[in-house]
Amino acid sequence: MSNQKEDSKYSNQGIRTHQLVKAGLPRRRAKENRFKAYGLICIVAGLGFLVILFGNIISHAWSAFEQTYIALDVTFDESIIDPEGRHDLETLTTADYPALLKKSMSALFPEVKERQQKRSLNGILSSGAPYELQRFLQQHPALLGKTERVWLPVDDDVDMLVKSQIDRTVGEADRRLKDFQIAWIDKLIADGRLEKRFNKQFFASGDSREPELAGIRGALMGSLFTLLVTAVLSLPVGVASAIYLEEFAPSNRWTDIIEVNINNLAAVPSIVFGLLGLAVFINFFGLPRSSPLVGGLVLTLMTLPVIIIAGRSALKSVPPSIREAALGIGASQMQTVFHHVLPLAMPGMLTGAIIGMARALGESAPLLMIGMVAFIVDVPGSLTEPSTVLPVQIYLWADSSERGFVERTSAAILVLLAFLITMNGLAIYLRKRYERRW
Amino acid sequence: MQKSTLLLLLLLISVYAFHVGQKRSQEIAQGKIKNLHSLPKYYGYYTALWAFLPALLLLFIWLGFESPVINHSVIETLPEESRSLSNDLKGLLINDIHNSLSGSAGETKPELKAAVEYLRDLKIWSNWLLSFLAVSFAFMGMYFARSRIRQGHRARNQVEKTVMWFLLGSSLIAILTTVGIVLSVLFESIRFFGKIPLSEFLFGLQWSPQIAMRSDQVASAGAFGAVPLFTGTLLISSIALIVAVPIGLMSAIYLAEYASLGFRSVAKPLLEILAGIPTVVYGFFAALTVAPFIRGLGADFGLDVSSESALAAGLVMGIMIIPFVSSLSDDFINAVPQSLRDGAYALGATQSETIRQVVIPAALPGIVGGILLAASRAIGETMIVVMAAGLAANLTANPLEAVTTVTTQIVTLLVGDQEFDSPKTLAAFALGLVLFLATLVLNILALHIVRKYREQYE
Amino acid sequence: MRQPENIPIPASFSRDQLQTVGDIFVENPRIQCRNVDVYYGEKHAIQDVNLDVGRNEVIALIGPSGCGKSTFLRCLNRMNDTILGCRVNGEIKLDGLDIYADGLDVVTLRAQVGMVFQKPNPFPKSIFENVAYGPRIHGLASDKFELEEIVEKSLRRAGLWDEIKDYLRHPGTGLSGGQQQRLCIARTIAVNPEVILMDEPCSALDPIATAKIEQLIDDLREDYTIAIVTHSMQQAARVSQRTAYFHLGKVIEVGDTALIFTNPRHQLTEDYITGRFG
Ligand SMILES: Nc1ncnc2c1ncn2[C@@H]1O[C@H](COP(=O)(O)OP(=O)(O)O)[C@@H](O)[C@H]1O
Ligand SMILES: [Mg+2]
Repeated sequence: MSNQKEDSKYSNQGIRTHQLVKAGLPRRRAKENRFKAYGLICIVAGLGFLVILFGNIISHAWSAFEQTYIALDVTFDESIIDPEGRHDLETLTTADYPALLKKSMSALFPEVKERQQKRSLNGILSSGAPYELQRFLQQHPALLGKTERVWLPVDDDVDMLVKSQIDRTVGEADRRLKDFQIAWIDKLIADGRLEKRFNKQFFASGDSREPELAGIRGALMGSLFTLLVTAVLSLPVGVASAIYLEEFAPSNRWTDIIEVNINNLAAVPSIVFGLLGLAVFINFFGLPRSSPLVGGLVLTLMTLPVIIIAGRSALKSVPPSIREAALGIGASQMQTVFHHVLPLAMPGMLTGAIIGMARALGESAPLLMIGMVAFIVDVPGSLTEPSTVLPVQIYLWADSSERGFVERTSAAILVLLAFLITMNGLAIYLRKRYERRW
Repeated sequence: MQKSTLLLLLLLISVYAFHVGQKRSQEIAQGKIKNLHSLPKYYGYYTALWAFLPALLLLFIWLGFESPVINHSVIETLPEESRSLSNDLKGLLINDIHNSLSGSAGETKPELKAAVEYLRDLKIWSNWLLSFLAVSFAFMGMYFARSRIRQGHRARNQVEKTVMWFLLGSSLIAILTTVGIVLSVLFESIRFFGKIPLSEFLFGLQWSPQIAMRSDQVASAGAFGAVPLFTGTLLISSIALIVAVPIGLMSAIYLAEYASLGFRSVAKPLLEILAGIPTVVYGFFAALTVAPFIRGLGADFGLDVSSESALAAGLVMGIMIIPFVSSLSDDFINAVPQSLRDGAYALGATQSETIRQVVIPAALPGIVGGILLAASRAIGETMIVVMAAGLAANLTANPLEAVTTVTTQIVTLLVGDQEFDSPKTLAAFALGLVLFLATLVLNILALHIVRKYREQYE
Repeated sequence: MRQPENIPIPASFSRDQLQTVGDIFVENPRIQCRNVDVYYGEKHAIQDVNLDVGRNEVIALIGPSGCGKSTFLRCLNRMNDTILGCRVNGEIKLDGLDIYADGLDVVTLRAQVGMVFQKPNPFPKSIFENVAYGPRIHGLASDKFELEEIVEKSLRRAGLWDEIKDYLRHPGTGLSGGQQQRLCIARTIAVNPEVILMDEPCSALDPIATAKIEQLIDDLREDYTIAIVTHSMQQAARVSQRTAYFHLGKVIEVGDTALIFTNPRHQLTEDYITGRFG
């Protein structure tokens, strides 16, 4: 071997290497910066989507928390309300309130005479206004025979106009409100008779075909009942299942199958659970369609894998030394688990459970399958009554063509998101508060 | 008595039984707990279990058999011509009677009046009988358990055994769920394929499931070729992945390799919010904002974009699955051992060279697994496509046109009036079967790859 | 292995006496370190180290574990840059140029100062790609043949060629531990560096593989400057010309390997070498 020659070749090459590396540097550094910029752009894009989504929904939603009301001077004319002079409560419920309202309206616009026009005039009021008036009179029966200024909800088209969500500049033919109607409304505004007030209706009532009367109370109750069933069933079963698999199950093929199966179930599309619910709970067991009971059962099966997986990892994080300590002083395996391991794993399990519940709360696809999409006006009062849930309500409203439902859909979304954020916040708090490092 | 009230009552009885058992064991111990095999509270649990479980079992059996038995006896009371009806019609009749009872059917038909009365009586009777039997069972169980308590009685072992059965049973529910899914979808699918040949379903290019509701109506016979649905699903999912994979992967890389701790701790949870937003919200966003926006944008370029374009649905779905890709990729990138990065840095590689040529190839199996999971998510996603994609089963690869998907069709076929035997309804289950199988394969593959990958670096 | 905190400092020594004895300077230095301090966050891992590394010499860094040998070694090609919260103060010069200077690119520095790690860390790629990686990113080969030539030469130099020349397309992770480590050395010398840093390169290897690597280091000395961290004093004695003894982040003693092992001047060095702790 000629060492001498090799040596010189190497040192020459050293210089050459150095030059080559240097020569390539600017290009490589530029590439580096570009790559880094792509990364940043992608994150900004992701966060941008989030901002746009929230901004979009909030901007649509905020106006739904207000509703336009009209101030009407209503004369509670006894000859209309109680023509037979019976003076009992029954008459107050069956009285002809629309007639009272019509009179008050024409008192405001005495120049309107023609039938068709009169109908449009009365259309300024919400179709729920008579009921509001009835409720008002029932609360203040002393007003019978007197005249009183009452604030009543207006029709959704008027509401949209007041909220400037109807474009006045488009041609009359393409508008839901004609020029003469707009003139009336402008006059009412000028008289200070139209006012935007907090929309109690939205939180107090069930669904309705009329946007100004529709509320989320029914959907909220439905969600509550459904989630109640889910929690009552999935918590004990999920925790028990996690305990068995983590602490007691012999490690054999069966356990492997169960494990693979659970991981798999966690990734099965939610709509398939809906098909299961339809075929098994409704068609086979004959449980009532559209009911929170069935909804809760379906969501239970859907959330179980989430709870089991979270539960197992919580149990796994409890160090074996604790088990050995308890077993060492003669506790049975069951006692060890329930007295020592479970309390330590509980916060982690709860965190997983809350996250699972939050997911169940936002779920809608499987509930469509079991008929929780029906149009239901009544607020449900039990587990077996037909009802809907908040996300499905959102779906239903999103499908309606009325302009007034857009803002209500967004508002309902905001309420749903508020619940979800609270639940996830709680989960994060729990995790932070009870997090333990061994 | 309502069944929930009954359940509550049974629970109260078992609390009482707990005390009975505990006191009994203390009597038997004669003041020295040492005399007992187990602690007194175990005798309490033992007694409570005996009070509760048999009664609960009775309750469940009753619930299972109550309505068939009642329905059968109601049918028996009907006139001869009703009893000879086909099973389907009998079912309708029973439904009528039930609806009359609950008052939701308006006027009761005169010929059913007697049956309705009878049904009401039966229901009341059944309820009282059940309540009586269940409560007796509870007390009998309690006294039986109490009589068994002796000094050497191994109450703890028996209680623990029962608990063990409960634990085991709970873990089997997951299996039962899978079996339930498979059976229910398979069963109805087989019935579907009895009417429509499998080959037509899998390879037919025409999908229009509108079938005449009544047999005498003249209408299209309905076509059940699902290929347009498959291609539609694939089109929208591909768009979603094309959006989500680069953005998710690059975000994960930036967060894992470049971002400062502070930035990471803010940006990562914020990105993950995207995964927590209910899909119905995305659907609303897609239909209300994104689709019109894309349509408008297309119009500016002289393109005719459908208002239910695959692009809008796919785009929004892509946004939804960004965090899936990014958080899984993030995990896997972090799992690549630092020593590999050190090896590349020590050779003089820049950070991006290290990432692209060493870290990503090393993390690739995991990332691929994550992408497969995201794909399965996209295929099974329902609300976004129901709200933003169309119903028209177009066989096209043009993202600006409207397409429909498997999940959309399942929803449309099953929501609203349904007849349980029509191919239209059954088709939904056949589509469900395809969906289940497709996602199953993807999931198993993904989970397998991910697990292999985790083992490699553990 | 004991924690640094447990290393006894004999009562007769105060901290002031923990100053370097022996000659830190060499005639023809390749690397010069002056007043080097390294912090991991609050932790002061290297304290005021002054040390020269000569041309074509093998210097061994020894000392109890946790005393900062790796930390110091990683300063020399700025591998510490990759550790969050690690700060380096002082001056380190390679051939008279400050390697922490503002305008200097770590990429060129690391091409000049290669590193071999304690645990063999071949990339999950083929053997060929492992060795070719450095030349590729730096653009050292103008064509495929030159690249193949570089790979073959590096593998030969690392004494691995004959064993694996038929398996170049097989994954590098499939080799034995000793082969993997030699592959990593081949990978390093394929870039044609001037200095090679080795951090306990044999600690994960069996005696036969260790012997091969030691032989390799001896060969490489002709062309490269080598700094090697080792736990084995025999190894230090076999492969190095100079030795530096580290203790709690300071260089206690530097000198000819032969002298340090036969005649340590500092009490701590003597205690370590005679096996009283470490
Ligand atoms: N990444 C790090 N972060 C914080 N402290 C570190 C880090 N690496 C090493 N140290 C600390 O610095 C000291 C020196 O470590 P090291 O250089 O690895 O010692 P040696 O290689 O001599 O065993 C040790 O006390 C160690 O705990
Ligand atoms: Mg070290």
